[in-house]
Amino acid sequence: MRSYLVSRLLGMIPTLAIISVIVFTVIQLPEGDIVSSMLDRLQAQGVDVTEEYVENLRSQYNLDKPMVLQYFYWAGNFLTGDMGYSILFNRPVNELVWERLGYTLSITISALVFTWIVALPIGIYSAVRQYTIGDYLMTTLALVGLATPPFLLALIFMHVGFTWFGISTGGLFSPEFEDAPWSIAKFADMLAHIWLPMVIVGASGAAFTMRILRANLLDELNKPYVVTARAKGVGPAKLVIKYPVRIAINPFISNIGLMLPALISGEALVGMVMGLPTIGPLLLQSLLNQDMFLAGSLLMWLAALVVIGILISDLLLAWVDPRIRFE
Amino acid sequence: MSEAAPLSPREGAAPGATTFVEPGTPVVREEELTISPRQLMWIRFRRHRLAYASGIFLIVLYLLVIFAEFVSPYGTTTRNQDAINAPPMAVHFFDAEGNFHLRPFVYAYHMEVNPDTWMREYDEDTSRIIPIRFFARGERYKMWNLFYTDVHLFTTDEGGYIHLFGTDPLGRDMFSRVLYGGRISLSIGFVGVVMTIVFGITLGGLAGYLGGITDRGVNKVIEVLQCLPTLPLWMALSAALPVHWSPLLVYFGVTIILSLFGWTALARQVRGRFLALREEDFVMAARLMGADTPRVIRKHMLPSFMSHIIATATLAVPAMILGETALSFLGIGLRPPVVSWGVLLFQAQNPLVIEMTPWQMLPGLFVVLAVMAFNLLGDGLRDAADPYSTGGMK
Repeated sequence: MRSYLVSRLLGMIPTLAIISVIVFTVIQLPEGDIVSSMLDRLQAQGVDVTEEYVENLRSQYNLDKPMVLQYFYWAGNFLTGDMGYSILFNRPVNELVWERLGYTLSITISALVFTWIVALPIGIYSAVRQYTIGDYLMTTLALVGLATPPFLLALIFMHVGFTWFGISTGGLFSPEFEDAPWSIAKFADMLAHIWLPMVIVGASGAAFTMRILRANLLDELNKPYVVTARAKGVGPAKLVIKYPVRIAINPFISNIGLMLPALISGEALVGMVMGLPTIGPLLLQSLLNQDMFLAGSLLMWLAALVVIGILISDLLLAWVDPRIRFE
Repeated sequence: MSEAAPLSPREGAAPGATTFVEPGTPVVREEELTISPRQLMWIRFRRHRLAYASGIFLIVLYLLVIFAEFVSPYGTTTRNQDAINAPPMAVHFFDAEGNFHLRPFVYAYHMEVNPDTWMREYDEDTSRIIPIRFFARGERYKMWNLFYTDVHLFTTDEGGYIHLFGTDPLGRDMFSRVLYGGRISLSIGFVGVVMTIVFGITLGGLAGYLGGITDRGVNKVIEVLQCLPTLPLWMALSAALPVHWSPLLVYFGVTIILSLFGWTALARQVRGRFLALREEDFVMAARLMGADTPRVIRKHMLPSFMSHIIATATLAVPAMILGETALSFLGIGLRPPVVSWGVLLFQAQNPLVIEMTPWQMLPGLFVVLAVMAFNLLGDGLRDAADPYSTGGMK
């Protein structure tokens, strides 16, 4: 197990390195650079900019160096915990990221848990009562859930909340807690708001997991050992829970890797629609304003979250399923 | 329907007759029937009723958007000043007095400004009947940018108007805009998948056929790409598309961006198939008979897993459609004046807009329907692609 852990940890390094190259390339793609967008802003304000000032700025951000060197400066700074300076917000990127990463993480993780909580009973029910009205209803719901983009779901929920319950469903906090320091009341307020983005982000994942669980469980239920157990008089609940569900439940863990990118993408979208203080809206703003240090760091962090999540899921799977060998 | 398939009992196997049978050929008894794999697949696909229905639905949808100019009564920019933010119209056969009309008709809008909210409110003006004319002359348009005509599937007489899905804040017909938007959204899915197939087969095939370092390299790339959260990267790439690009260039730009991360699933599958098929006797035989690598791949290996590729490709279309919709919805994909479902939904971002004019969400319904149909069709195709397995047929 330990050697497996070490090899997996080491395997993460090249993955993250490749991702950082991709991210760096992507943020370099737009025409112009951080300084030229800064100059545009200054000139729009009527500030006269000297040639010297521009050169200074460029060298301050290492923009006068060749691309490859720029990458190493960027990656090196990132590794040492300095993610640069956001020109858009006039604040260090570190602050901006730390402010929001926690919310992104909590919504994503709670959405993942929500996915399981919903998918487990529904998946079991659908498989055990195959081809009943309940099964058809659930499978249809799952199909619709898979096909509905999260932002559309967010719009619908906001519409319903607004017209039927007269509540504004955007944001993570009530206005009075927006800038308040952390307290139990603020935390409770967040819990009262977080369930909606959680449900929306987790919906398609729940549909996906439920379908897989149903299919796996159906395969399992037809196996001879289940028939034998039934013939020997094992009760219906125990018959299903004891072994078939335990085997069919593996995708709950192994699918984390598949679902995390989708959850994080969905969270980014929903965050933008619902105005959540998460990474997604910040990323959109930084991209539209060519604030490339910020955009690069956000992209890198989102990708890193997924890589770490996949690692954890692999370790969990190895721990839960003794059939997996550590090579 | 299995009766449709020609089922021919093999001749010359009458009981008792001593015919020379090649060693290795299975002895075929009279009751056994020969059906080609393709017929088997078709039978299995037909039995998957939801998938079959989805296939038909998609064909209809594609026909509608291909002939959008003809099917829609108006163009994408035609404005009706009398119907700003007007709700969808109902098609009637009975008028207010209860008389039956063979020709369906709609009622004209009756608009009043609500003195409290200053919003325009519409209801039906039962005194003004607008009959619907089929295959009649209406707004002039250029079919497929080729020739001018003015015949529409349905339209109204001069002075009348028909808005089956209502209108937007500029008085443009939503039905027409949904159709034109579908042309972009649905074709992006298709073009994107074609590119995905090209990437997937090339890279997956190379990895599977050559093995060794190529295999490891491609695998690493796939592994990395699969753990990237696609939407943020799509966003970054779309934001990098130059602002001065023409709509057509942006269209292809977005398509390429979407397929850039979408090919991994297909490549994995192709690689797996190549690895398995490489060891098959018929591939070895072909190679021994002097067929070069491209020929072996093209003539012997590709046909035996083409059906799987089609199924996987079908399942990849929804991600493309959803991707385009999400990007355009955020305002960084396609932009007006181009009309796509995502662009149309961009207008519906504000809860207040949805509150006042819920029919602006109709493009979203089409997205859901199209994606669902592709998912179901893909499921059915995947089951049918393996005609000799029993999976899913219990």
